[in-house]
Amino acid sequence: MQFGIFSVGDVTTDPTTGRTASEAERIDLMTKVALKAEEVGLDVFATGEHHNPPFVVSSPTTHLGYIAAKTERLLLSTSTTLITTNDPVKIAEDYAFLQHLSGGRVDLMMGRGNTGPVYPWFGKDIRDGIKLAVENYHLLRKLWREPVVNWQGQFRTPLQGYTSTPAPLDGTPPFVWHGSIRSTEIAEQAAYYGDGFFHNHIFWNKEHTEQMVGLYRRRFEFYGHGAADQAFVGLGGQVFMASTEAEAKRVYRPYFDNAPVYGHGPSLEDYTEMTPLTVGTPEQVIERTLGFADYVGDYQRQLFLADHAGLPESLVLEQVEMLGTEVVPVLRMEFERRRPAHVPSDPPTHASLVAAGPDAPHHLVEPARARVEELQAEQAAAGATA
Amino acid sequence: MSRRIVVVTAGLTVPSSTRLLADQVAEATSAQVTARGEAVDIEFVELREVAGELATFMVTGGIPTPRLTELREQVAGADGLIAVTPVFNGSYSGLFKMFFDALDKDSLTGTPVLIAAAAGSARHSLVLDHAMRPLFAYLRAVVVPTGIFAATEDFGSHGLSDRITRAAAELAALVIGQGGYAVGGFTPDLAARPRRTSGTHVETDVTPFGDLLRGHAGSD
Repeated sequence: MQFGIFSVGDVTTDPTTGRTASEAERIDLMTKVALKAEEVGLDVFATGEHHNPPFVVSSPTTHLGYIAAKTERLLLSTSTTLITTNDPVKIAEDYAFLQHLSGGRVDLMMGRGNTGPVYPWFGKDIRDGIKLAVENYHLLRKLWREPVVNWQGQFRTPLQGYTSTPAPLDGTPPFVWHGSIRSTEIAEQAAYYGDGFFHNHIFWNKEHTEQMVGLYRRRFEFYGHGAADQAFVGLGGQVFMASTEAEAKRVYRPYFDNAPVYGHGPSLEDYTEMTPLTVGTPEQVIERTLGFADYVGDYQRQLFLADHAGLPESLVLEQVEMLGTEVVPVLRMEFERRRPAHVPSDPPTHASLVAAGPDAPHHLVEPARARVEELQAEQAAAGATA
Repeated sequence: MSRRIVVVTAGLTVPSSTRLLADQVAEATSAQVTARGEAVDIEFVELREVAGELATFMVTGGIPTPRLTELREQVAGADGLIAVTPVFNGSYSGLFKMFFDALDKDSLTGTPVLIAAAAGSARHSLVLDHAMRPLFAYLRAVVVPTGIFAATEDFGSHGLSDRITRAAAELAALVIGQGGYAVGGFTPDLAARPRRTSGTHVETDVTPFGDLLRGHAGSD
């Protein structure tokens, strides 16, 4: 199982000091978080992507390329890559390039983005969000899998005789996750292609996460990629730790109370009850996190939010350190203890996808196409005999 | 089959004149339904009891508390709605609007609604037609023709109870009459039926991906 950090890259004033980090400091802190994650034995660092203040994360592959050069093992990912407003041709190029730079330590997570004005700034319309995600991702799959692409869709200028360069490392496209909090179409999309499904988890109640993941798992099986409990699931989590629960709450409360997403609303205690937020000791974080598998099933990737809400560098790096040294080693052991043998521990990696060979379903633009045609033939036959 | 009518009332004090009006409307509606030989359950929702939870829902981008989830399901499953608000600054109260903003936009589609408002002065009476009717029109609810407006002095006049009876009769007729989608000998267009949802569950009927991809898989 993979554990890591996901960052949204917000520049937020530290409410306890009134100090606001510069953009340079904020970018530097994200880099330090990634390096610390590798140092303490975590597996993944994922960066957000935003194109509006108060965020600094407009250029994920530039940042991940820099981190790649300073790390050996760390898997570099996104949370999320905007499949709606980015040109899929540029995504294909940028992330294939990053594969080459990092020796295949790349996967990425598709998301739509929910900030209305960002769409027109990039020539798009938020009301087309789902259609953009469907069409652009389908084109991205072709660009990574077909040597020469001829394409005409609804949203992008047509391509004739286009070859995306560099081609994916070892002819093997990166594994892709799809992230969505509430759109069932995106869970369906992830299931159709046999990709991973990531639920942000931290801004919503667990009953909702359970239903979204359940839907993805059912459809993953329906499309013939494996049993429902073998689908690739990732979750977000949000924690703040200290040696006692009281101390953790004392330190974290001003950051919670003024946080961009939920600040000035519910109390820390209410939010802890409503969502997976855990503020307490490492033991409490371990117990809560293990409980996630009780409602989404045994899963493959757990990412924690650590640097946000104006938390200063010292606290952020301390949290990453505690995750790596005190929490994750226990989680690894306990999650494997409860995992049935037929359920994969890790999501596909570059190494496992290369090992599966060029004939594996991963190399098809539509791995479920044969299954869908089979179902249609069965239906037609049933209709003919009825 | 017993009908379920939910009374949403946004009075801020206990007791409030808004609730007093809501009680009278509910009682008259109950009498009108039973007079037509049907049973009815009236359920009251006092919004002041969930004011804090509605604020939480608003500032967290919609995290539902268990109590709000219950209320949203209760409203989306009701056969009829009685909505009663005090008048503040020439409109419904903020608390009243917050509740309807927290509903799924398909919660009340095609649902019979009776609107009522309580105020200190008769000069606020346009709130019914300039604020409440447009709100429920947006939600595609069916608002009965008679709205009830009660200024303080109306609580001492017969006119109010006459209007309450008339509006209650209109609501009762609609609540009992709904669901008759087929007319004898004709096949109803089921796809055209008003579709309601509380928005509290992930829909299990997902659009198959082949339909989503149609027209977006590219052509050469």
